[in-house]
Amino acid sequence: MAMTRDITCHQAVALVSDYLEGALARRDRRRLERHLADCGACSAYLDQMRATIALSGSVGPEDLSNEAVARLVDVFEKYHRENSGESPN
Amino acid sequence: MEDEALLERILGGDHDAFRDLVERYQMSLVRLARYYVKSEASAEDVAQDTWIAVMQGLERFEGRSSFKTWLFRIAANRARKTGTREYRVVTVDPVDPVSSARFNEGGMWNEAPVPFTELINDKLANAGVLEACRNAIRDLPEPQQSVVTLRDVEGLSTREVSDLLELSEANTRVLLHRGRAKIRETLEETLTGGRSWQ
Ligand SMILES: [Zn+2]
Repeated sequence: MAMTRDITCHQAVALVSDYLEGALARRDRRRLERHLADCGACSAYLDQMRATIALSGSVGPEDLSNEAVARLVDVFEKYHRENSGESPN
Repeated sequence: MEDEALLERILGGDHDAFRDLVERYQMSLVRLARYYVKSEASAEDVAQDTWIAVMQGLERFEGRSSFKTWLFRIAANRARKTGTREYRVVTVDPVDPVSSARFNEGGMWNEAPVPFTELINDKLANAGVLEACRNAIRDLPEPQQSVVTLRDVEGLSTREVSDLLELSEANTRVLLHRGRAKIRETLEETLTGGRSWQ
């Protein structure tokens, strides 16, 4: 193992989320990038974090009941009728 | 169809366009309101009031922010007025995203983690993984759950998230980090089928 690492794996993983947010101070970012460059395990952890975030982005909103939608559309129609003087559509 | 195109049609009284918009955002609004109010029922009331405010304000919406940001801001303001919860005083401890048991005394991994990307791309596993991810988010305590939902599910910026939830940006990032770490842990169990390293 290279002895040039100035942070341990344990310290590196603590920086990963902020790194992906672009929120690390330059010094920490350099330290992390140096560590990642010769640590396959932490690079795998970075991949896990990226994949986790991407997956959260594809979760999407939960299903909405038709009833709830219909109720809100009623509110809309009523509002529009009262405020435009003509029936919608 | 883009939000902005729907808004044009809604201004003309098109209730199908309104229905599309409601289907797109209602659950997100209820979720966001839930951060401030105590019950699901009051969160739904807040969401309904938000839609009414949207109808009233739509003609004045100038598109300086995205519609989504504008919509969420209205909901957060209304929920804040209704709600009684306070998360602003959350204390933020240092984050240790991975159990110390995974590292040796020198701080190196006992056993290297396995990259997720190829595992997730395996179609057979996909549906279960997405479900595991959804459940992991739902199981997060507040305010982590709202932070992760707004940042990673809804894709808002950290700045927008911190404004909506009345948290500092630094706190928002720590909470985001902690929430992501828990989801990652759940996915690791789901994808690699256990905790061989423990
Ligand atoms: Zn490492």
